[in-house]
This record gives sequence, structure tokens and C-alpha cells, in this order.
Amino acid sequence: MLWYTGKRLLQMIPVFFGATLLIYFMVFSLPGDPIAALYGDRPPAPGVIEQIRAQYNLDKPFIVQYFIYIGNFFQGDLGTTYSGRPVSDVMAKAFPITARLALLALAIEAFFGILVGLIAGLRKGKFFDASALVVSLLLISVPTFVIGFVLQYVFAVKLGWARTTVSSEAPFNELLLPALVLASVSFAYIVRLTRASVSDNLNADFVRTATAKGLSRRRVVGVHVLRNSLVPVVTFLGVDLGSLMVGAIVTEGIFNINGVGGTVYKAIKLGEGPTVVSFIAVMVVIFVLANLLVDLLYAALDPRIRYAK
Amino acid sequence: MSQTVIEPVSENADASTEPLLQIRDLEVGFQTQHGVVPAVRGVSLTLYAGQTLAIVGESGSGKTTTAQAIINLLAGTGKITAGQILFEGRDLTALSAKEIQDVRGRLIGYVPQDPMSNLNPVWNIGFQVEEAIKANNVAQGKAARERTIQVLQEAGLSDAEDRLKQFPHQFSGGMRQRVLIGIGLSARPKLLIADEPTSALDVTVQRQILDHLGTLTRDYGTSVLFITHDLGLAAERAEQLVVMYKGKVVESGPSQEILANPQHPYTQRLVAAAPSLASRRIQSAKTAGAGGEAIFSEGSLDATLVARAAEREADAAAKDLISIQNISKLYRIRTKGLKYNELLAVNDVSFGIRKGTTTALVGESGSGKSTVAKLILQLESITSGQIEFDGQDVAGLKGAALLKFRRRVQPVFQDPYGSLDPQYNVGNTIAEPLLAHKIGSSKERQDRVRELLDQVSLPWATRYRYPSELSGGQRQRIAVARALALKPDVLVLDEAVSALDVLVQGQILNLLTELQTELGLTYLFITHDLAVVRLVADNVCVMQKGRIVETASTDEVFDNPREAYTQELLAAIPGGNFQFGR
Repeated sequence: MLWYTGKRLLQMIPVFFGATLLIYFMVFSLPGDPIAALYGDRPPAPGVIEQIRAQYNLDKPFIVQYFIYIGNFFQGDLGTTYSGRPVSDVMAKAFPITARLALLALAIEAFFGILVGLIAGLRKGKFFDASALVVSLLLISVPTFVIGFVLQYVFAVKLGWARTTVSSEAPFNELLLPALVLASVSFAYIVRLTRASVSDNLNADFVRTATAKGLSRRRVVGVHVLRNSLVPVVTFLGVDLGSLMVGAIVTEGIFNINGVGGTVYKAIKLGEGPTVVSFIAVMVVIFVLANLLVDLLYAALDPRIRYAK
Repeated sequence: MSQTVIEPVSENADASTEPLLQIRDLEVGFQTQHGVVPAVRGVSLTLYAGQTLAIVGESGSGKTTTAQAIINLLAGTGKITAGQILFEGRDLTALSAKEIQDVRGRLIGYVPQDPMSNLNPVWNIGFQVEEAIKANNVAQGKAARERTIQVLQEAGLSDAEDRLKQFPHQFSGGMRQRVLIGIGLSARPKLLIADEPTSALDVTVQRQILDHLGTLTRDYGTSVLFITHDLGLAAERAEQLVVMYKGKVVESGPSQEILANPQHPYTQRLVAAAPSLASRRIQSAKTAGAGGEAIFSEGSLDATLVARAAEREADAAAKDLISIQNISKLYRIRTKGLKYNELLAVNDVSFGIRKGTTTALVGESGSGKSTVAKLILQLESITSGQIEFDGQDVAGLKGAALLKFRRRVQPVFQDPYGSLDPQYNVGNTIAEPLLAHKIGSSKERQDRVRELLDQVSLPWATRYRYPSELSGGQRQRIAVARALALKPDVLVLDEAVSALDVLVQGQILNLLTELQTELGLTYLFITHDLAVVRLVADNVCVMQKGRIVETASTDEVFDNPREAYTQELLAAIPGGNFQFGR
């Protein structure tokens, strides 16, 4: 297992370089001149532009720029935004907020998704199951921003239970409503996954044997059905953790949260190479680690999976 | 029908004692979209304490449903619609969920059919046995663990203490079945329901496990309700038989009586078809001389087979069609890191197959018999030795020459569910080899498909159907037809009938025998079941651990087996202790 983990961590190196190089190239080839754009309609003296270009190494070939950037990256210098703020500062503000939001959403969708899915699977074809399916279909088909605006209106504007926008510190209690919105679609998928998995496992031979042993229904479900049903759910949760960390742009926009999604979106619009690439690099690492975690959890849930080589 | 059935009454049970289990007019139905489909239609049976009763029937006869109804293990939509199940005078059908839960495991144990799927793959063995012990309040805490080890040891796992923490996938099929037997008997129940407990296992393992189960239940005084499709096995293991057909009991009574004098036509067919019984009959017919003939039911499988057995000796061709000399196959199994373990799957094997004959390769799983088949078919390369086919060395054939060889030697595999492409209809499946070898026009290929379907006794209309719409026996016929499409000289039949019900098994064996006579085919018949060998093979090679331990004609092997291992295999055929012919 240790071997396997080590190997997977080593695999991160090429993934890291490949991803950053690709993103750097893509930002580099975006149309428009970021420096000229900074000054808007009133162009500065030609010498000034050249000077700024040299300062940000924009006058050098693409590959040289990339290596200068990577060199600095490993010395802890992530560069500065074109407005002069260090990128590391921007990250230190954005990532904790997004991490709180993502983990809260993950906890909500995992807990309620598995619970509802389990009950639906156990009562297949009954009223609860049918309603769960309808609700999950609704959540999947209605776009997030609609759910977001509706919940915002109902809970924040009408009932006044939550704030319409999240303050810049973004404490957990304020993030609850956005997390709920963010979790909604994944919750629906988890309900469906768990339900299918549970109802499959209920018909498994070993469940019948467990019943024949004289175990109580509660124990049969808790010990023999649930654990076997969690394997596909865990896979989904792991991949979802990655996407929650990086892709909450819509939700962050609705609740005015200064998280990762919004920051990267702004940086791409401004063509800020160092900011975009630095954020992406961290996201890649998070994604790979989340996937590794899933694979290790897999082995913990199912002893047949052993990573020997 | 139920009125004509005489309820089995045991000789050794005191008539005044109350029966342990009494099923009265049981009816079970499954709820479907088209209403309730009855699976069990008025079954009655009686089982006394200390007795063993077997329910025999083909798949779909309702035998398993009857057994599961007793402790209410019916799958979701199944329901008992009428009748009573009296266990020690208490009607189990009237119990609440809580009450039946108390009966399960503690009073009535259950050993399921397939050891591969009946243990939860994510919990270790010790846990799964221990929870049964705790649930039935046999012991708790530390005592439960000790009891777990004891239960497993009694079930035949001598190294139980070291293996408690191991998971089901680290156990062989036989070992898993022992675990399941241990679980079933862990609370010393009064009744054990054993649902085809050994169908998925090798004959030798089957015998060991059934012997062991017999000893345990006798020692504990446990009654056994034994479910099987093999009449021979049932008759050997149980004093009382109940034969089921389409949800009804068609015949019941003491085993010996039913076997010697089957009344119902279905029972007669079962007696005629079971290879275990047929092979025993051929043997006893030989010793009994002319008088023995009367015991064969008319026009049955036996008649053809006996006639063929006589023929065999006469028409022995001089030269071997396939000659195998000192072949070996070494597998390197990667263990940890860069280390390898070497496994000699086939070790210095030599034998010949004469044209127009059937040579059987017999052995238990892991003996290397299937590997030999793969080597002959050129699906795996040999490590050393030589395989000659029709005077030509086939090892290392490539391209066109290999294709030509493949045309002449075709395989039929064990699992008719796995070896047919579910997306291909029957016509396309059979025509595929022709297409692959670019033989004939579309019209000619269609004619050939028609001819082949005819040869395997399937109607022409079958060509538009898909494997999922066919029964196991029909699928295996399709597999045979596909193998015959290229007019091969040799068929390699790898456990080709092992997955089938006895009746279907008999039909396919009959078909193979007819085709052999008709088309002059040569068979290499690979099986773990010596009973089947008796019916079809001319020569037998017995394999054990990669080596051939005995080679002889079928008669010789059955009359005087030389090796201890062969004797063991022979003894494993059920029905050894029956008297045939009055």
C-alpha cells in the first residue's frame, strides 16, 4: 500500500508539469495585449510599455517565460498580478473560503445523499422512493443558478434566515446556504447512485445468507448492504471534491463570495498568466490528491482491491 | 396430483412421534406485471427428526423456492399464498418478522448453493461466522471467538485460527463451502436446509464435503433437507426422496424404492438421464451380462451409449490424429515487486488421440486439463514438447497455416452464457466462423446455418433469436453448431456439459454422440466428472497436478483403476452403493 501511495505521488510530477505548461501556453496565446488593456483608451509612452513588458518577462519567448515562472514558483514566488498584488496573497484569501464551502457542501451531499438513497433503495417502488427520484430528477435538470436564486430569495430575502451575500471572512454559518445550493446537484446523483447500489446489493446472495443466519434486518442492512453499496458512492464523492474546489463559479457569483472560481475567472479575463497558472497548479495538486484518497478509500472498503504493484 | 402422492413415512422414525417439519399444500407465487405467477403449487412433505430428505428436480421445478419458503427467504416479490409449514407443530407461515428471525439460524440452519457469491466479499471470514454465533446467542464476547474457531475446525478448516482474518476471495470454493456449512451448523440447529451445497464444486471436493456434512449432521442429530438436481446424489445422501416437477411433487418415497421402481414418467426420465446413475448402470450391466439389459428404459440415452461402447473396440484406427509428446507449460506468476513464482501447470504430458474416437481428460480444478486444451488449440504457447496434428507440428504455426489449423480443430467451452455474444443473434453467431474464414457466399452461408441448426436439432426460426432468450441447453447446442460450422475434424470440449442440468446434460451428450457417428468427429473431452466420461469416452487420461497419472481405455479405467487417485475419482461418482437390476 505504501509502495502504491508513493508511486501515485511520483506520478503527480509529470501531471503537474504537463498541466501547468498547457495552461501557461493557453493563457500566452489568448488574444489581446494585457498591458495595453491595463491602460485602456489612453496609451502610455511607448517606453513605458516596453519597460513593463520586460518587468513581467513578456518580451521573452514562451518557453523561457514558463521556466522563469516555474523556477520562481519553486522558490515560493508566485509572481504578482498586473495590479501589483502578490499572487500568493490572493491565493491565501481565496482558497480557505472555497475549501470551507466545498467541504461543507461535500458533507451535506454525502450525509443526506446516502441517507435518502439508502431509504429509497430499501423501499424501492414505494412512495418515499418515488418522491426521492422525482426530487433528484428536478435538482439535476434545473440549473444551479436557478436553485441558487430561488433559495436566496426564499431563505435570505423573504424569511431572513440567512444573509443574501457572504461577508469577506465567509464564516461557516454564512456559507451554509451557498453550500446547500452547491451540494444540490451532487446530492441528487448520490441519491440515485446509492439507491441503485443498495437495491442491487439487497438481492445479493450473501445478503440472503446473512438473513438466513438469523441476523436482524437492521444488522443485515447496516453491515452487509451499506458497506458494499458505498464503493461507487465514494468514487463519486472523490471526483466531486475536486470539482467543488475548482468549479463553484456560479454559486460564488450568486452569493458574492470571493473564492477560487471567481478569482480565476477574473484573472483569465485580464490575461494574468501567473495568477491563472498558479491557481491551476494548486488545483491540479488538489485533484490528484483527492483521486488518490478515493483509491485508498476503495481499498479500505473492499478488501479484494489491493494495490500490489 | 397431490392426492395420489403417498407421504413419505420413515421406517426408522417412530410413527407416534411428531414430525419435525411438515409442509402441507404449500403454494408460493411471484408477483409480476402480469399477475401472480405460481412457482410452488400444492407441495406436501414430511420430515422426521434425524432424517435426511432430498427434493429433486430440474431448475425451475420450485425446489429451491420450497426450501426458501420455510424460513421466509423468498426474494422480494415471492409470497406464500396458501398452505402451512409446521415446524415442531408451529406454523412458520404465521410468524411475525421478529419470530421468524429467531427461528433462522438457531432452529433451522441454511447452507446456500454457490459458495462464490454467498459470503460477503468485504468482511473477513471470522467476522461472518462470529456474527452468526452472536446473533443466535450461542456465545458472546471472547467465547464467541473461540466458538468461531471451533465451528470452522469442525467444518474441516484445520488452520481456522490463522485464517480468521482472511477474506472470502482468499479461500477456494471448497473452503468457502466449508465456511458456509460451519455457519449453517454454528447454532446446532434441529434442521439444516442444504440447497445444492456442492453443485458448484469438483466431484472429489463434493464427495469430501458431503461426507463431512453427513458425519456432522449424524453426530448432532440434525435433520437435513437436501435440495439437488442430481437424482444419483440425492438417492445416495438421503433416505427419503421428493421429486418435484413444475412446482408440484410428482413422486415421493424411500430413495431405494424410487430408484429401483420409478412410477412417474418424469422420474423415469431423471433416472435414465443422470450420468452418475447411467455410468453405474453400464458398469453393472457389464458384470450382470445379458440379464442387465432390462434395466435400461427403452429408447433412452443408455441404449445408444451401450451400443456405441460395443462398437468402440472394433473400429480403432491405427494412427493418432493428434499426438502430444512431453509437453509442458510454465507460468510465471508475478508476486511482490519484481519477484516471480513459477507454476508448472502442465508437466511432461504425452498422449495420443485416434481419429474418430473420444479421449477424455479428467481431473479436478487446477489439475492442468484446461491448459492442455489451450495448448492444443494454440491459444497458449507451449514451453517445451511437441504437438502433432495429422503428422504436422503445430507449435508455432503462424498466419495462414494457423488459420488452416484452426479450421480443423474447434473448441466448445463450459459456460454457454459467457461464450456467446449477447449482441449477436443465433444465425450470425453460427455464421461468424464462415465469415471469418471467408467461406461461401451469403446464400451458401445461410444454407450452412440451416443445415447446422438442423444437426443440433434446433428449429430454423431460432436464427433470429438472441442468447438471452434461450435456455442453457439451447445455448450449448448453438455453441456446438458454431464449432461445427467449418466442418472441423476435432472438437475440443472443455467442460462442455458441466454447467447444465442433468436432463439437458443427457440430451447434449446424446447429440454429441450422434454427431460423432454421423460426421466422423474426433473429440477431446475435458471434464471433472468421471460419470460423464463413462458415457462418451473411448480413452481416458487422468490428470493430477499437471501430470497424467493414468492413461487407459474407459473400460479398463472403470474395471481396474490402477492409481489411487483414479480410484478416488471413481468413488466420488454418486450412487455407488445402489443395486441395479432388481
